[in-house]
Amino acid sequence: MAQHEVITPLPGVFYRSPGPGKPPYVTEGQRVEAGQTVGLVEIMKQFSEIRTTVAGVLASFAVADNGDVSPGAVIAVVEDEQ
Amino acid sequence: MRRLFVANRGEIAARIIRTAHEMGMETVLAISEVDRDSFAAQMSDLVTVIGPAQARQSYLNRQALVEAVAASAADAVHPGYGFLSEDAEFACQIIDLGVTWVGPSPEAIELMGNKAAARAAAQRAGVPIVAGSNGAVGPDEDIHAVAEAVGYPLLIKASAGGGGRGIRLVRSPEQLDEEAHLAAAEAGAAFGDSAIYLERFISNARHVEVQILGDGTDVVHLFDRDCSLQRRQQKVVEETPAPDIPDDLRRRMLDSAVELARSCRYQGAGTVEFLYDAERGDICFIEMNTRLQVEHPITEMVTGIDLVREQLLIAGGDKLRYRQADIITSGHAIEMRINAENPELEFMPSPGTLTHVQWPGGPGVRTDAGVVTGSAISPYYDSLIAKIIVWDSDRPHAISRAIRALSETHIEGVDTTTKYLQSVLHHPVVRAARHHTKFLESSAAELLQEAP
Repeated sequence: MAQHEVITPLPGVFYRSPGPGKPPYVTEGQRVEAGQTVGLVEIMKQFSEIRTTVAGVLASFAVADNGDVSPGAVIAVVEDEQ
Repeated sequence: MRRLFVANRGEIAARIIRTAHEMGMETVLAISEVDRDSFAAQMSDLVTVIGPAQARQSYLNRQALVEAVAASAADAVHPGYGFLSEDAEFACQIIDLGVTWVGPSPEAIELMGNKAAARAAAQRAGVPIVAGSNGAVGPDEDIHAVAEAVGYPLLIKASAGGGGRGIRLVRSPEQLDEEAHLAAAEAGAAFGDSAIYLERFISNARHVEVQILGDGTDVVHLFDRDCSLQRRQQKVVEETPAPDIPDDLRRRMLDSAVELARSCRYQGAGTVEFLYDAERGDICFIEMNTRLQVEHPITEMVTGIDLVREQLLIAGGDKLRYRQADIITSGHAIEMRINAENPELEFMPSPGTLTHVQWPGGPGVRTDAGVVTGSAISPYYDSLIAKIIVWDSDRPHAISRAIRALSETHIEGVDTTTKYLQSVLHHPVVRAARHHTKFLESSAAELLQEAP
């Protein structure tokens, strides 16, 4: 098993769900596919989807919902099955 | 009115404070914790911290703002644009404090803020409307069925919207779910309400709008603006008068905007937005914005009327100081929005600190900025840092002056759209006024080439 970090290229505010009161994109321990959205980063009122580049299990989030993020910050860790 | 509370930030806060000072008023500016050193905070007589950086906890925090207004001993509140400017509940709470709300009545905000009611009011006033869903699409409704009835391509819009936030273009059913999710997220973040509705998308349309002023009884228009140069539904360049519109259509648009405002006993400044379909020679009502617009300065340049001053006078109980015949436009004005974004990286926002700022000068140039050298461009708010507005006797001269003004604009420390704006104004399609609302996106690659 290898661990992969999901990184945000942008600073801003991280959201785990597509909108207030909506279920999260992914929960910890859930299986994810390559290219799947794990959250949104809002910067200057623009929303960007943050996607995992590898398939596997989303082991943990490194940032709280509504948490501030800096460019290059780790959003989550995905464990693949190799 | 002696003390004015400004419930906004950035360039529009500075803009409002300037007129307030000219009228002998003292200002109290609401600021978030990261805006203590902002340009507007420096200009304001007093400031009051309303919460942390994130807008939901500060500039969108109704309760914090109402408490700050109550404690400020202000006579009036100016909400600017965006944030809580079209929040009827906020307006109500300000009025309940016994403080003057600089804007239309909560009833008018609510009527126009409810898109279905606004469409019905427009129809009653004899204004043609665009096909769309009747009001917000409910959580239990089948959005695909509603979309089929409206027809593709369509736009998803925020019910509580305005300012282009939360708008998504959907060309086919496969895109609908994902775009609806994103539109709802943007709507929730920008307005605290994630309700969305659908509207038919008219391709090659121009976005034309009418500025109106009302005193609760009488209404006048201050002519039109063309805001067709947009990216992702965000206006980039605006001009007045809207070029190349047949006289009879323009007349009908101006008259119906006045009629709509009169029908809701409109008080203050407002804007009625239309789509102009040049191919079919048709105009349709889109929505009415019950606030000052970002692009209001171009109207000020051609009419000589300070819209913020008129807003404050009307809010203070004055009747309109102008009859329609008194309002005359002269020449042509263009506004260019300087955003902290990198056009070469798909307009990625570029927060940072401005190490050097130099604005343009000379004849016919006005700069409405929210920053000075040393200002921080925060990731928490809109990317607009300044508006360069130019006036000249006609459109070709105004375009030349606009390009010249941009060439004098120097901003260091963050990426900006300054060079991109020059490319836009150099483009033959823009010079010939053959542009439409999708022109900037369809010519994106071409516009990234450096202007000659």
